[in-house]
Amino acid sequence: MSTYLIKDVELVNGEKVDIGIVDGFISELSKKTVNTYANLLDGSGCVALPGLVDLHTHLREPGREDAETVLTGTRAAARGGYTAVFAMANTDPVADTAGVVEQVVRLGKEAGWCEVFAVGAVTKDLAGETLAELGAMAHSAAQVRVFSDDGKCVSDSQMMRRALEYVRQFDGVIAQHAQDPKLTVNAQMNEGVVSAKLGLSGWPAVAEEAVIARDVLLASHVKSRLHICHVSTAGSVDIIRWAKSRGIDVTAEVTPHHLLLSDELVESYDPKFKVNPPLRSNEDIAALRIGLADGTIDIVATDHAPHPAEDKECEWAGAANGMIGLETALSVVQKTMVDTGLLNWSQVADRMSITPAKIGRATGQGIELAIGAPANITIYDPNKSRVVVAEEQISKSKNTPFTGITLPGEVRHVFYKGKPTMISTKMVTR
Amino acid sequence: MTPEKLIELPRHLLSIGDLNHNQALLILDTAEELARISDAPIKKLPTLRGRTIVNLFFEDSTRTRISFEAAAKRLSADVINFSAKGSSVSKGESLKDTALTLQAMGADAVVLRHPESGAANRLAGWTNGVVINAGDGTHEHPTQALLDAFTIRRHLGSVGSDLEGKHIAIVGDVLHSRVARSNVLLLNLLGAKITLVAPPTLIPVGVESWPVNISYNIDEVLPEVDAVMMLRVQSERMKNSFFPSTREYSRLFGLNLDRMNLLPKGALILHPGPMNRGLEISAECADSVQSVILEQVANGVSVRMAVLYLLLGGNIGVGA
Ligand SMILES: [Zn+2]
Repeated sequence: MSTYLIKDVELVNGEKVDIGIVDGFISELSKKTVNTYANLLDGSGCVALPGLVDLHTHLREPGREDAETVLTGTRAAARGGYTAVFAMANTDPVADTAGVVEQVVRLGKEAGWCEVFAVGAVTKDLAGETLAELGAMAHSAAQVRVFSDDGKCVSDSQMMRRALEYVRQFDGVIAQHAQDPKLTVNAQMNEGVVSAKLGLSGWPAVAEEAVIARDVLLASHVKSRLHICHVSTAGSVDIIRWAKSRGIDVTAEVTPHHLLLSDELVESYDPKFKVNPPLRSNEDIAALRIGLADGTIDIVATDHAPHPAEDKECEWAGAANGMIGLETALSVVQKTMVDTGLLNWSQVADRMSITPAKIGRATGQGIELAIGAPANITIYDPNKSRVVVAEEQISKSKNTPFTGITLPGEVRHVFYKGKPTMISTKMVTR
Repeated sequence: MTPEKLIELPRHLLSIGDLNHNQALLILDTAEELARISDAPIKKLPTLRGRTIVNLFFEDSTRTRISFEAAAKRLSADVINFSAKGSSVSKGESLKDTALTLQAMGADAVVLRHPESGAANRLAGWTNGVVINAGDGTHEHPTQALLDAFTIRRHLGSVGSDLEGKHIAIVGDVLHSRVARSNVLLLNLLGAKITLVAPPTLIPVGVESWPVNISYNIDEVLPEVDAVMMLRVQSERMKNSFFPSTREYSRLFGLNLDRMNLLPKGALILHPGPMNRGLEISAECADSVQSVILEQVANGVSVRMAVLYLLLGGNIGVGA
């Protein structure tokens, strides 16, 4: 077993230490370590975070291997500092049976770049009509705890109530993609000043907020766990804040792109900015940042959504929704939350590792760095910066909205279960 | 036009928002010059001889295509009509492929009509040629606004002047109207006062950022305007609950004989066509002396000649 010592790195509390890794676990966290390790790595200038956990990743396999595979997606995750991802269920076939979720988890193990947890569909084929095999998925080898029809909203109130109630028996959570379908027929972008100008049909904030309002009330009524995917509006933040103040068991995520990019970018009609829910106004961005800072929004999740070039190289309305984000997430969070003074590194660890793991019941992930803890570690240098280049993304698809934007920070080393996936900013070769 | 007044136009005409006041006036004034020449016995100018203009139409619009074709031919350009009907959404990459094909064919300009907003902007990114937006989804239709302003100015203003102080009402389905969007930008640029009249369902959320007044009562607005522009209303809108029935729409927002009598003497009636007679405009109004609807069609050719000429021909001094 290889042993590693990461020298001169800062913990999130500011303490400067060397981190020793032996047999998959953290063997020491101290200054002036006597070097008995086979491999020495430079951690100077870096902060050490528990390996990041993404609760919302589209790995596209099975079915859309032209866009991403479990292998390519988890490799991109590792490059972004992730040691675990939750693979969304909207694959083809849909992850609505034990067979599919077990396949996804197995592919993740074989790939070995990070841990893959499968998200199960709430309803069969995401059709919203009958419950998927929730118990079978929960009790399968994949041990599914997060259920979502993401890409589609569980819009039927009774279906949502039943799903919330049913998954309580195995401590599951329903992750809702909040979008009233009738209010968003053919919706193309945030409804507001920019959509009025561009003549693109609007996706109104109320279509998200109305569903969240209903769902927190349902969760309260049946005393179940509810998670809200990709919160995008100021009104949603207010509703979730209200729900939490009433003790309702709701958690929420925000994506990096909703923290940084506004709907004004759509004026280019470039579909790299087309995403669902859509980019919103600057007021929404400000509210999302405050919500993430004060804990109303619990976590950052990428909604990494790869699409091949041909699905974006067309007119706006014909283009697919979605953006990749695993490789840029931590940098965007630094830019929007840390460099602005809204979060410190300890809180970043909470929002991007500890709490997402908790929500997803990801045993062995999201554990604060301590002697004896699993060595899932991300060593990040916040002093670096780079201009994002789409072609340099290692995800199979290159549909990043951050092309040309200068982002701070650089992931230097990543350890997944004690093995390096990235060393000195280079992916480990296998 | 004198050389020292030489004004550069933007490379493409995608939106009226791309133009400033001087550029808009230049197009209108050039159109006047070209209209004068068109009235002469020899209608053809050699200006664009050897240049190729492609009319790329993804949506049926015979009148707009014919207008651009006539304009191009009067400037002696070669015209290729390329119609690619069908759902653009299902066609995926075809717009880009088509753009590259046209580029390979050496098109100097592409006149694009497309059912999706922003298609012209996308096309401009894929071709070296000049792109002229001839209507993209519910976004804009710049040459329509230019010909509307040209028509209004002929009656209410003069060459070289703008529309300062004129009050224009735009009535109907503003939400889905590329004509309305381009007209709001252009009439505002030219100094006119604009009032939009429509049921609230057909006015976009976000309209508060537009330089317009809003009214839900056409009868209150008509006595105060210098021109009223009636927009086409598609009866399918009724199925999506934008209004209860075509009859109710017509009763509340249609231009009929009684309402026409509310207009000040000399006020103009415009319609971009094609009209739904009996829905947004009655036959009596469409065919009345105040109606300039047929003039709009004729003026369309002059305005499109001016646009092609200025975007492709450069600085050939009209009237020099
Ligand atoms: Zn979603």
